[in-house]
Amino acid sequence: MSTGVSYNDQGGAEAAVEAGQESTPTSSSTGAAFGLFSADFKKNEDLKEMLESNKESLKLEAMKRIVGLIAKGKSASELFPAVVKNVASKNIELKKLVYVYLVRYAEKQQDLALLSISTFQRALKDPNQFIRASALRVLSSIRVPIIVPIMMLAIKEAAADLSPYVRKTSAHAIQKLYSLDPDQKEQLIEVIEKLLKDKSTLVAGSVVMAFEEVCPDRIDLIHKNYRKLCNLLVDVEEWGQVVIISMLTRYARTQFTSPWTEVRGAEFDENKAFYDSDSEEKKDQTEAKPYIMDPDHRLLLRNTKPLLQSRNTAVVMAVAQLYWHLAPKHEVSIVTKSLVRLLRSHREVQYIVLQNIATMSIQRKGMFEPFIKSFYVRSTDATHIKTLKLEILTNLANEANISTILREFQTYVKSQDKAFAAATIQAIGRCATNISEVTDTCLNGLVLLLSNRDETVVAESIVVIKKLLQTQPTQHGDIIKHMAKLFDNVTVPMARASILWLMGEYCEKVPKIAPDVLRKMAKTFTAEEDIVKLQTVNLAAKLYLTNSKQTKLLTQYILNLGKYDQNYDIRDRTRFIRQLIVPNEKSGALSKYARRILLAPKPAPGLESAFKDRDRYQLGTLSHSLNLKATGYQELPDWPAVAPDQSVRNVEISAPIVGKTKQPKSDKFYSDDEDEKEEEGSDSSGSGSEDSSSSSEGLFLSVRFKHCLFPQNDSKKPTFRTSGISLFYMSFQVTTSSFGPLKTYELLHHMTGKGLSAKYHFPRQPCLYQPSMVAVQVILTNSSDHALEEIHIGDQSPASLNIHCFNTIERLEPGASVTVSMGIDFSDSTQAANFQLCTKEDQFSVSIQPAVGELLMASTMTEQDFCKEQGKLQGMNEASATITMATANASRQAINKQVLSVANVGEVPSSQNNFSRFAGQTVSSRALVLVSLELSESSGALLTINTEKSVMASMLLQDLKQALAQA
Amino acid sequence: MIHSLFLINASGDIFLEKHWKSVVSRSVCDYFFEAQERATEPENVPPVIPTPHHYLISVLRHHIYFVAVIQSEVPPLFVIEFLHRVVDTFQDYFGVCTEAAIKDNVVVVYELLEEMLDNGFPLATESNILKELIKPPTILRTMVNTITGSTNVGEQLPTGQLSVVPWRRTGVKYTNNEAYFDVVEEIDAIIDKSGSTITAEIQGVIDACVKLTGMPDLTLSFMNPRLLDDVSFHPCVRFKRWEAERILSFIPPDGNFRLLSYHVSSQNLVAIPVYVKHNITFREGSSQGRFDLTLGPKQTMGKAVESVLVSSQLPRGVLNANLNPSQGTYTFDPVTKLLTWDVGKINPQKLPSLKGTMSLQAGASKPDENPTINIQFKIQQMAISGLKVNRLDMYGEKYKPFKGIKYMTKAGKFQICPYNTPFTGFSLTVLTNQIHVFR
Repeated sequence: MSTGVSYNDQGGAEAAVEAGQESTPTSSSTGAAFGLFSADFKKNEDLKEMLESNKESLKLEAMKRIVGLIAKGKSASELFPAVVKNVASKNIELKKLVYVYLVRYAEKQQDLALLSISTFQRALKDPNQFIRASALRVLSSIRVPIIVPIMMLAIKEAAADLSPYVRKTSAHAIQKLYSLDPDQKEQLIEVIEKLLKDKSTLVAGSVVMAFEEVCPDRIDLIHKNYRKLCNLLVDVEEWGQVVIISMLTRYARTQFTSPWTEVRGAEFDENKAFYDSDSEEKKDQTEAKPYIMDPDHRLLLRNTKPLLQSRNTAVVMAVAQLYWHLAPKHEVSIVTKSLVRLLRSHREVQYIVLQNIATMSIQRKGMFEPFIKSFYVRSTDATHIKTLKLEILTNLANEANISTILREFQTYVKSQDKAFAAATIQAIGRCATNISEVTDTCLNGLVLLLSNRDETVVAESIVVIKKLLQTQPTQHGDIIKHMAKLFDNVTVPMARASILWLMGEYCEKVPKIAPDVLRKMAKTFTAEEDIVKLQTVNLAAKLYLTNSKQTKLLTQYILNLGKYDQNYDIRDRTRFIRQLIVPNEKSGALSKYARRILLAPKPAPGLESAFKDRDRYQLGTLSHSLNLKATGYQELPDWPAVAPDQSVRNVEISAPIVGKTKQPKSDKFYSDDEDEKEEEGSDSSGSGSEDSSSSSEGLFLSVRFKHCLFPQNDSKKPTFRTSGISLFYMSFQVTTSSFGPLKTYELLHHMTGKGLSAKYHFPRQPCLYQPSMVAVQVILTNSSDHALEEIHIGDQSPASLNIHCFNTIERLEPGASVTVSMGIDFSDSTQAANFQLCTKEDQFSVSIQPAVGELLMASTMTEQDFCKEQGKLQGMNEASATITMATANASRQAINKQVLSVANVGEVPSSQNNFSRFAGQTVSSRALVLVSLELSESSGALLTINTEKSVMASMLLQDLKQALAQA
Repeated sequence: MIHSLFLINASGDIFLEKHWKSVVSRSVCDYFFEAQERATEPENVPPVIPTPHHYLISVLRHHIYFVAVIQSEVPPLFVIEFLHRVVDTFQDYFGVCTEAAIKDNVVVVYELLEEMLDNGFPLATESNILKELIKPPTILRTMVNTITGSTNVGEQLPTGQLSVVPWRRTGVKYTNNEAYFDVVEEIDAIIDKSGSTITAEIQGVIDACVKLTGMPDLTLSFMNPRLLDDVSFHPCVRFKRWEAERILSFIPPDGNFRLLSYHVSSQNLVAIPVYVKHNITFREGSSQGRFDLTLGPKQTMGKAVESVLVSSQLPRGVLNANLNPSQGTYTFDPVTKLLTWDVGKINPQKLPSLKGTMSLQAGASKPDENPTINIQFKIQQMAISGLKVNRLDMYGEKYKPFKGIKYMTKAGKFQICPYNTPFTGFSLTVLTNQIHVFR
């Protein structure tokens, strides 16, 4: 037995001990259960007798011992005939142990194994599904080529079994048969195709696994099952989820167009264009060919998102990689929090997750920047975890956080773990090259480390300093001198070589020291490491060219030593250098250029992340983890330029489950006809197709209506396209100022909403759900003639938007209305909150865009405090304008009324008559907003707004100006 | 997927092997041993090791390496997660997961592994189902089995795998119906010398012990669910209900399970329940160092801080410590230089302190690092994040269950780091001084 032999090779002594234990009655390793039977604990000979005895208990005892032998990796194959007789035993445990044995040894005793086949064939017909399943399991695990046809038949039968558990087993058996006999591929694919149609969650994971093993390239088998798989996903067992998600990632990459082109502009819109998202939207929409995400693509993203909360780390990672590879760029960041959560898990999990974060953080710093503290190294971390965290911290470093990161690094350098300290120094070097602001600070810091007591720290610092100096060699003569002084104390070869190289390269900056270093080197040359010797030769050559008067003899001496060195590299180099620099009759044209060759300006080495090119592998894969292509790795295909036909995914008779969870997109009237058809198809299971077609007709009508209304206003059209409701919103914003402090805006018109109308207003109360939310009250009215059911909020966008929805309203009678409150976190931006208002039958996309004044809450303060705070918010934080007041607004009450109608601010009692002051805070970030109005003699006034949020200030200024100018 | 599994103990012996496909020679573990030799600490063995024909993915728990042999591309986390699940199952079955326990129960272990994977793909990993297939060994059952020859393999075949709730077995019966929930929070924090928090976060779990008859459908609601914005659930929890209403709705597995784990991140404000004042100094040229450390409670909402244990790795140069604790006992291991002080309960009226001197190696230079201080503690009846369960309702069954909830806060990785100097850069004057020293 090969295993037995290798075992003995590894631990002969151990094996002897084990053997001894078997022969002695006092075995410690077999435990209490066998302890009572210790008397008959002899050589393996008795096992055969036991197996052939009539007593069930003896047989069982024998099998237990045999399993013990197998577990230890010892051979028990000679017992095969005796064991196989028991395969038909009535005792379940005995039977199971015989199965274990069979699966282990059948390959070696093929003829004897055939004896058991008839038992399994009988069991495959058993009325009990578990017996059928386990028979198939064992039958397919016996790797005996003769029974391939029997296996094939059994698999085909089991795939049509009524029990989903048996069908699941057959999916597993497919892979086993395929590995035993790849020629069966075609037939097996047929079975896979059949099983893919299975609607049981039990089967889904296993059959996709079989698909991945047998025919991963047959993407066409997935089309019809795509939507079903997406919808089943949440209920599939966790292991199956991982497999399905990674398969669907690949599928989506072949079937949908890239969502990334669209977002090129929106990438920086996160920071830049918070306050004019409207214009941004317009820009995107007016692009030559607007990107519309395939609804199936969206379906996948939506259905995988909840799995980010799975307890299974592999599932979370699978979803994270799916989002990374498939989601529009601005949606990827929703996976961040879950990934960071995984860092609390076991060390091995951390290792893999950190590797993936390292790759992600190179491309998308912003994703992980808010969580930078989670990557701080703890002294208890394992070294490879520490190094990965260091890598991520370095990737995340930017101008804003570099000082904190460097402070962290400073503590790491002092770590006991010297390998880690050295890695930290490398990291400091990388920060220094990446962020020019801190280059000098880092360099100085590294120089300070040169006096560290630990040699590895010093050596690593030298190597890094060398690289840094190369990037900017000017005015660093001091440091080079300093390093020259250190030279005697440094023993690490790499560091010595680095110093020598620096001396040579910048020998003109240290004209006095360099020859002296060379002199010292000449003394110790023979005792140095090879790398140091090579650099000594280099230094000698460079000095010979620049300062031959002082160093000619030294150089010749070193070249002579090198000539007889044991290492042929050094001999070669010496020979080459000698020919190059020492002029003689034989040397050709080359020596003329010696100076230009040796002292050419050299490009600085780039200090790059080790994870820079890891993104060529799909995230979360073994290949990514190892940074080399693993066997069986499937390349993630690039997006197709043109999406293949979408209709292939349509299912003629859609499953009820599809109809239930399918939610039409807001842009559904612009999607293709196929999609429309599909929509109707799925609806037919519910309300009937007549209804749905009339609904789209109504919506088309409203679109047309909009176009008539603003025919000349071309630039605005795209906005209307995406959300039909923004039209109504627009018309109200114009007239807002004429209302009292409580203005009501229309959310959904009853024409558009098929009877459901919604209005909203800002009650200007602190939000109950979360302090950072703005409270919104929505009045829902049913103006139709039938009751509306299940009114609730559906999809929201942008995805990052935090909305506290109202509870579902079960039923709204005709003519009735109900007021519900919501909370929306606008994050201090006037970006509209888009969401879907859903009834049982319909979804309506609506949006709430707050006026800037509603993003504030009133705060009370005294006049002194006001002036003090105002003093702090000068310069950039101040916006002011001279405005003309309407005559009606001369009185203080009138001013208060106008200001309060625009913004939710509190009046500050004022001692001066011509001054009005108001104070407020932004709801989300609690930034102070101070408004002051100084009246002058005429109808003019100076309006000043002080706040950190300068964009808000200018918007508020506009709004106030408008309000005060109106009567 | 998973081809074979080898269990390797701390001394490097393979004491168990299991193959799910054809047999892989155990010589493949030589590559693992090589990596193990290269690693300085047992934890430093890389979890993923490539070999010419296979890939080894390993986890280390309870001083046992679980090494899985993989032949082709598979998400590494898939394997790692599974291996941890195996360890959890062993622990569940045998109480401990040690080499001795595994060897004693080698047959049960084999049966378990056989059920957990089919052809290398996970089949049954839910503890409820496994327990129906293979009964956990108890002393009584072992005795009975050996005498009567009966087995620990379930006589009845499991039903759970087929039901819509694959994590719960059917036909559960109890005379006392009870459901207990433990909210346990761990604070991970790094605090600098001046007492300001560098990072602090809370890791919480809700562990449940549910012994209810039939198919109960539970809903658990919180007073302040918005605290839970970063959660992971047991598969029984209904995602949709949570997203819409922030209510945990689930049909529980039978017995003990982890319902939920959550993370209150460093961006939120985390209350730190203890503070430490310490002053550890070494002087140049002197062979004595001074040690002074005082503990005190803060932000504990009146609850007592218990089971406090302070530990610190003193610098290598320290030979011995002669300290005087105001309460509890301390030990100093002169070999590992580990100082531990078992404080017990903190009395807010009389704060515990540990003072004294440390003797240094004569002639050795002043240690250049200050030690990091690790603290462990427990606070009963309080969840530091402020999370509170509002109510637990049961549907689907008629009886009235007994319900209980317990809160506890513990220290996780709670460190006091010795530095508080902000990074000011290294000034050039220092640099010139250094050069001076070198002359």
